[in-house]
Parts: sequence; C-alpha cells; structure tokens
Amino acid sequence: MSYLESNLKTVPTGIRKVLYLNWPLVFLLAAVACTGFLMLYSVSGGDLATWSEPQMKRFGVGMAAMLVVGFTPIWFWRNMSAVAYLIALLLLVAVEFFGAIGMGAQRWLEIGPIRIQPSELMKIAMVMFLAAYYDWLPPERVSRPLWVLVPVVLILLPTFLVLTQPDLGTAVMLVMGGGIVMFAAGVSLWYFGTVIALVVALVFTVMESRGTDWQLLHDYQYKRIDTFLDPAADPLGAGYNIMQAQIALGSGGWSGRGFMQGTQSHLNFLPEKHTDFIFTTLAEEFGFVGAFSLLMLYTGIIAFCLYSALVNKDRYSSLLTIGIAGTFFLFFAINMAMVMGLMPVVGVPLPLVSYGGTAMMILLAAFGLVQSAHIHRPR
Amino acid sequence: MKRTQKQSQESRSKITRRGLMLGGAQGAIVAILAMRMRKMQLEQANEYRMLSDGNSVKIRLIPPARGLIYDRNGALIAGNEQNYRVTITREDAGDVPTVLEDLRRLLPISEADAEEILAEVKRRPPHAPVTVADRLSWEEFSRVAVNAPALPGVTPEVGLSRLYPRAEDFAHVVGYVGPVSDYDLSLIENPDPLLSIPKFQLGKTGVEAKMEEELRGHAGQRRVEVNSAGREMRELDRVEGDPGENLQLTIDYRLQNYALQRLGDESAAAVVIDVTNGDILAIASAPSFDPNLFVRGISGADYRGLMQDDHRPLADKSVQGLYPPGSTFKVVTALAALEAGVIGSEDTVRCPGYIEMGGRRFHCWKRSGHGHVNVVQSLEQSCDVFYYEVAQKVGIDKISAMARKLGVGVRHDLPMSAVAEGLAPTKAWKQERYGKDWLIGDTINSSIGQGYVLASPLQLAVMTARVATGRAVEPRLIRSRDGVEVPETEAPPLGLEEDWLDHVRRGMIAVMNGSRGTARASRIAAAEWKMAGKTGTSQVRSAVVDNHSVPWEQRDHALFVCYAPVDNPKYAVSLIVEHGGGGSSTAAPLARDILLFALAGGVPPLAAYPEGARAKARDLHEHMDLVDPETVPTSGSSRA
Repeated sequence: MSYLESNLKTVPTGIRKVLYLNWPLVFLLAAVACTGFLMLYSVSGGDLATWSEPQMKRFGVGMAAMLVVGFTPIWFWRNMSAVAYLIALLLLVAVEFFGAIGMGAQRWLEIGPIRIQPSELMKIAMVMFLAAYYDWLPPERVSRPLWVLVPVVLILLPTFLVLTQPDLGTAVMLVMGGGIVMFAAGVSLWYFGTVIALVVALVFTVMESRGTDWQLLHDYQYKRIDTFLDPAADPLGAGYNIMQAQIALGSGGWSGRGFMQGTQSHLNFLPEKHTDFIFTTLAEEFGFVGAFSLLMLYTGIIAFCLYSALVNKDRYSSLLTIGIAGTFFLFFAINMAMVMGLMPVVGVPLPLVSYGGTAMMILLAAFGLVQSAHIHRPR
Repeated sequence: MKRTQKQSQESRSKITRRGLMLGGAQGAIVAILAMRMRKMQLEQANEYRMLSDGNSVKIRLIPPARGLIYDRNGALIAGNEQNYRVTITREDAGDVPTVLEDLRRLLPISEADAEEILAEVKRRPPHAPVTVADRLSWEEFSRVAVNAPALPGVTPEVGLSRLYPRAEDFAHVVGYVGPVSDYDLSLIENPDPLLSIPKFQLGKTGVEAKMEEELRGHAGQRRVEVNSAGREMRELDRVEGDPGENLQLTIDYRLQNYALQRLGDESAAAVVIDVTNGDILAIASAPSFDPNLFVRGISGADYRGLMQDDHRPLADKSVQGLYPPGSTFKVVTALAALEAGVIGSEDTVRCPGYIEMGGRRFHCWKRSGHGHVNVVQSLEQSCDVFYYEVAQKVGIDKISAMARKLGVGVRHDLPMSAVAEGLAPTKAWKQERYGKDWLIGDTINSSIGQGYVLASPLQLAVMTARVATGRAVEPRLIRSRDGVEVPETEAPPLGLEEDWLDHVRRGMIAVMNGSRGTARASRIAAAEWKMAGKTGTSQVRSAVVDNHSVPWEQRDHALFVCYAPVDNPKYAVSLIVEHGGGGSSTAAPLARDILLFALAGGVPPLAAYPEGARAKARDLHEHMDLVDPETVPTSGSSRA
C-alpha cells in the first residue's frame, strides 16, 4: 500500500505528532550522544571547551533538525529524494574542484563559515533515492537485469567520486549501504552472490597489482592492509595505532580503570583519539561493562528502527528506515571492528560519539526521516 | 499504474522477510563484536593490563641532527653544539611545584622563570616534557643527574642546538632557528610530531626557513621501559632517524666576510655573482647582527636595540631592499634604445644641460651640459639628457621589457626570506595601480632609474652579469645537497645583438677607464683585471641640495654596479650605500675593493690599485680584522 491509496485522515496532526514520535529511539540516541560528551571530556584531559561543548551544541542543533525533519510528512521527503541525491552528487563533484585538503584527502567543501563533507550527505541521500526508486518500481520488475543496473549505477557514481578523494571507508559504506536497500527491496540473491564472488576476485587482483605499474591503490592503503594483517611487523610505524588501541582496549578489563584514569588514552600516542579511536578510551576507562553497554545501545537503536520498518505498511518508509538503520549499523560496526583489530583501519568514526560536525548533524537529520516515516505511517 | 492488493501483500511480506534476514545478519555481527570484546577485555585482560601498566613501554622521539650548512669551500656556517638541558614531565613528577623547588636548590632558576615553567607545565598535556633549564654547564648538568632518583619526572638530557660560528657574516642569508611557537604550528597543516618536542628548533628566516624541510631530517624512535616515576630503566629497541640534509652554499665565506667588513658602519648591501654560472659568491647586508642571539632567546634590550637602529640591521637589504636604481638603470635604457633602433651606435644627442617638456624642465646632473654625446659617451659621462631624449622615442613599455629581460622587476628564485620583486613599470601597471594615465614625464624619470622604477641589489647584480655575458644568468645559492652537486645549467642567450651589448660594455669600460669616466678614481690598475662599471645616485628627496647640508636620512642613495675582467668576465658586483651620497664617490670604491678581493682570491695586491688609492688601501687592510682560514672549522658539530 502506498500513500496514493492510504487514508490521510489517520495521519496525526499538530501536537499529536509529538505523541507519535518514536520516543525510545530519541532516548537511545540521546544516551549514545551523552556517552560521547563524557568521552570527549575525558580525552581532552578534563576540558569542556575543547571538544565536549561544541559537540553538545551540535547535538542540540541536530536534535532540533531531527524534529523538524520528523514532523514534515514522509511523502514530502519521498518527493525530495531525487533532488537530495542530485544535490549531494553535485556537491561531491564540487569537492573535486574546490575541496579543502585535510589529512591527505580532499573531503571538505567550505561555503562561507560552513564546512561540509558531501560524502556524509551522500550516504543518506543515496538511501533516500534508492528507497524512492523501489517504491516507484513495480515489485515484479525488481530483479530484472536492466532494473538492477539502474541502482547499481546510482551507487557506483558517487562511490567513484569518493574513491578519488581518496576515502576508502566512505566508499565501502556507500556500496554496502546501497546494497542493503537493494537487498531489502527484494533483489534476487543471485546478484548478491555474484557480487561477493566478484569482490573476492577484485581483492585478489588488487593485491596482485601491487608494485606493478598499474597499481590500483595508494601506497599508504597497501600499508594499512599489511599492517592489519600483521600489526606487530611495524610496531613503531603504521602498526603502532592498532597495537596501542588494542592495549588500551584490552587493559580496560571488566570494569575499566575509571573515568579519566585511562593511561593509554591520556598518552598522546593515540592519534585521532577524539575521532576514530574514541571507542578505545571508553573501553579502557569503563571496561567491558562500558563497551558492551554502548554496543547494546547501538543495537537497541537498530532494533527499534527495524521494528518500525517492519510494521510500516508504506514501502518507501520501510526501505528508507531499513537503509538508514543499515548505514548507521555500518558506522559503528566498522569502527568497532577496526579498533578491535578485526578490520583494517579505514577511517570511519563512531557515530554520535566521535567528534565531528557534519557526521553528527546528518545522522540526526537521517533519524528525523526515520521519525517522519514512523509518525506518518498508515494506520 | 495501480497495484493490486495481492502484489502489495507480496511485496510487503518480501520486505519483512528480507528485513528479518538483515536483522539476523546484523545480530550476528553484533555477536562477533561482543565476543571479541569479551575475549580482549575479559580473557586477555591481564596480558594487556601488563603491557599498559608497567607502562612500562613508552615511545620517545629521537630528534634528528639538523643538516649542516657549509660555504663553497666547506667552511662551516651553521653547525650544531651539544646542549645540556633538564626537562620535567607532569605525569611522572606528580607534585610539580615541590619537585621544581628541589630542583632550584641545584640550579639557578629565578622566581619568574619558575612561575613561567609552572604555567607551561599546566598548559601542556601531562605526558609532554617541558624544558626547565638549558645550556647548562657540565657541573650543573651532572649535579642534576646524580640527584635524579630524588627528583621524579625530571630528566637530564643532551640535545643539539644550532650554532653559527661565523656569527654576523651570514645572519641575513642563512637566517636563524628558534623554538617552535604556537604561531608557527598554526601555519603548518599536519605538523611533524617532532615540532611538539619542547624548544624544538625551527628555521625562522633565510635558508634555515626556506629549506626547513630538507634541513630538519626525520625523527627516530626509541622504545624504552620506564618505571612508575617515568625514569628510563632500559631501552628496548631503537630506530634511528635520518639527519637533515647538509647544504653547501655557493657563497665564499672569506669574500662574504670581507664584503661585510668593507661595508663597515654604512647602511649598505653588496652582491657578488659569478657571471659564468650564476653562483652568488657574497650577499651582504650591513649592518648585521648575531643570529646566535635569536637561537638562545634574545633579550628584550638587545631586541629593542636592533629594532630601533635607524640602519635597520634586521632587514636584508640585498634582496628585500628596493631602491630607485638611478643611473645604473641607463644600461637598460641604452639597450632598449639600441634594440628598438631609435639610435644607431654613432648617433649623437646634444645635451644643453636640460630639456623642456610640458612646461617643466628636466635637468641633466651637469647643469652646463655635455654637448654632443653618443651612446658610449652617454654612459661614460652619465649624461641624463641623452636618455631623456631616446626614452621618449622608445617608450616605457619597451624599456621595462628590457629591464625584465635583464632581471630587474622579476623575482629571482632564491631560498631567502622575502625576496623582493622590484618594479619595472608599464603604462598598464600605472593605470591599474593608480588609475591614471602614464605621462611622458614618467618615462623621462624612469629612463634614468628614478620615478617608479625599483630594483634590489640582487637584481642589479643579475643585470650586470647578464650585460657582461649576454646570457640570461640566473642567480643560485645552493651548490650541493648532501654532497650531491646541484647541476649547473648553462644560461640561455638573451637574444640581444652582440653589437648592442658591445656598445654598452664599452660605455661601462669608459666609466672606469675613460678620461671623463665618472668612476675613474675607482678603477683597477692591473691590466688583467680591467673592470667595467656604472655609477648611480638615486634621489631620496626631490629638491637638489648639496648632500652634506641635509640630515643622513635625506641624503641620496649611492649605487654602483661593475664586472671584471672586461675581456673575459668572471665576477659581477652590485653595491648600494643607503644615503651614501654620490655613487662614484661612496659606492664605487667599496664595490671595486670587493671585486678585487674576489679576483685576487684574497687580500688584493696593492699594485692592482691606482697609484692614488694605494696608501688608503694599505691602511684599510691593516685595520681590518679578516677571518683567518686556519681557524675556520670545516667538520661537523663543534663543541661548546
């Protein structure tokens, strides 16, 4: 059933929208963000103004954005999906030409005082557009090759742009995020099987190309792979981050060393300790209890989103919610796997906890979409 | 297209199925993450706790030795000396004020310094060492080392610090290093972790700043085991860093030393270029200063003294200073006129002592006039009217194009601070800069190097070298890097006809050797070193008054450019004495002496001077305190 056919009278209006909010989700998001403030306070050595305070302000703005997006009817957002995708794509192209260089990659676009990272915007815009596409596409055509090709192109286009920045982490997330929506929409499992086989073949080729004149990745990317496979091989160089992160994590034990007592984290040897590696500080200072609790908070967020998607009879709403939850899942799963040494370091922040403006605002706005789908669901 | 109820039902159940599959997969991944957490934090916690606890293992950076800088003969210009210092680390010291109080009984640390150190310790992260005292004597250093067990968090260290053994001679070219400031850090994206070492020395000016990346080298790392007080117990392993590149400059330290001494107390600059390859053999700016003061942290009084001196010792006049080139610029105007075909080699212009233009009189320096002069005579006698006349026919744009071709008004690429571009004005430039039309009077002024024209001593030296050789000589300062010679490139021809250049050179030879030459008194008598030159006097104020009757800062600048030997040019020199009066009286003898020193490869024989100048030269050289080659270190680090 689609809103074209549903009875608009059942949709809540005015103050009733507030009652229909997915409240557990709001509390879970706030709890995760608070964990973030606490950890940022700790890694800055007990200084509010360095990272915590700006992060709180952004969270406030982000929550407001979430409510505004959430109270706007979902059919408006569905109609805006293609526009959102196009804007994000244009911004990505703009980054190619005017982007600022940071940490060896070209990722940011500065418009006056605002600094945005279009690749973050694209993660959500792509999910919106794919959900709208499958909402429009008659279900029986979903697995036909030509109709599969369209979303594949829509995914690969921004992925290619992001790869040239170069930002491997985001590229992986775009492909997987898009794949999740396609999977949920019911694209035949054969396609996924083929893609996985191709990826395995590609990984093999990439590793083979190393050192030849058609080398496919940057040297530093190969180095990261090496380091992942054997961190001890280069403990003073690239493997250093991983070793130190794992020492921090493991030494947390059951209940941790206590707030602000993490010795590893307070040695400045962990770079990015306020962004990509912040989970290690949590794990060191609050131990297994803290780390596992955060994992459960994240899992709770995914569970509430998934439940909301499954009870929603609107196809666009379901796919959108699954897609956003999936992207959010990729964020924390990749980050945690990375710092725990299950994955190479690819530079993905811990969502809502790591310090960073664009990511936090866009994630909260995305949860606004989830709220909108929830509030305006057909009853 | 309206979907049927059945289709809708099917698609819903498919989404539900797939959604549950996704949820299952995500749940599985969460389980894997949780298992990993459990394994690391519960099962292996003790191993990790040990690694972290003893913590024991710390990584310390080994600062690389900064690259040395030599002159072209291998004499040390910038070296490193051992520096004994003491640092304190908050994390290990615990109660910093008490430890510092104990330390003050061993070392002379003033109350004010102690407060500053406490503030610094508070401001920096707990693990970062802060320098308490440096440049300690061996006794002081060992006193701290012996008592170290009673002083938690205090580390006596031996580091390297920059030392400039030739002190003032190279202050402007080589510049100096100083401790990294927050401002320095704010300018660098992705700063090298080395820069976070307390009081790490970073190039601030000159070659030290411009070649910072090459000179700095790469940090090494040590893994050390420390006890709970932060004291090193043993070194586990060590990866040596790479020391910075050693640089060899094209400069000859003896010539540089001589040039600077010869400039004496004047506010002046001199540049000596090897015309065959562009090597800068000397580039001096006087008065100079001792760069070692800045390395050690200059005192307020010393700094104020340098800032308030009206001779501006901190400015590098040789490349930063821009002056109207005065009559030295006639070389440019003459070549532009010959190239444009405005005058032939034997054509003459009558100089009545002035010309009238738009109701204004432009005077020749010689009020009574020079009579009929050709291009060679115009240079020899520095006749202004000749240039007033030909410049009007050539036009400013062609004159300025010639200036740029000869290296005036273009920025030469040298690793020195604030190398100035100068100015060869054009009609379009004036329109853009002032929104006014170019006037014929502007051309007349420019033709004799006044008005808008601005050049640095470096550019005038390049100009002279190019006229002497007819090639586009490019100045260079770096001779070799880490023992690898920077290849010399043969300068391409300027594309000027030999006949034109020949006339200008003959004019310049006549300046020195002609019966009416303006700098005849400063010629070189030795036939094998016969020189060519051109004087210049550039006005600082507009009214013509006798130089001796006005205060110093209103007197004219004295300029001189020259090269020798005339048959087979080897060296070109440009020299300016700020507010020195006349080019022929003040600048020419100085430039000649420096040129002679370069030609003779040392203190020149008296026979090379014209008879009238020998007594003065002998007296001068007797009173000079020149550097003795025997005492100049040529090896690596020198001990303090």
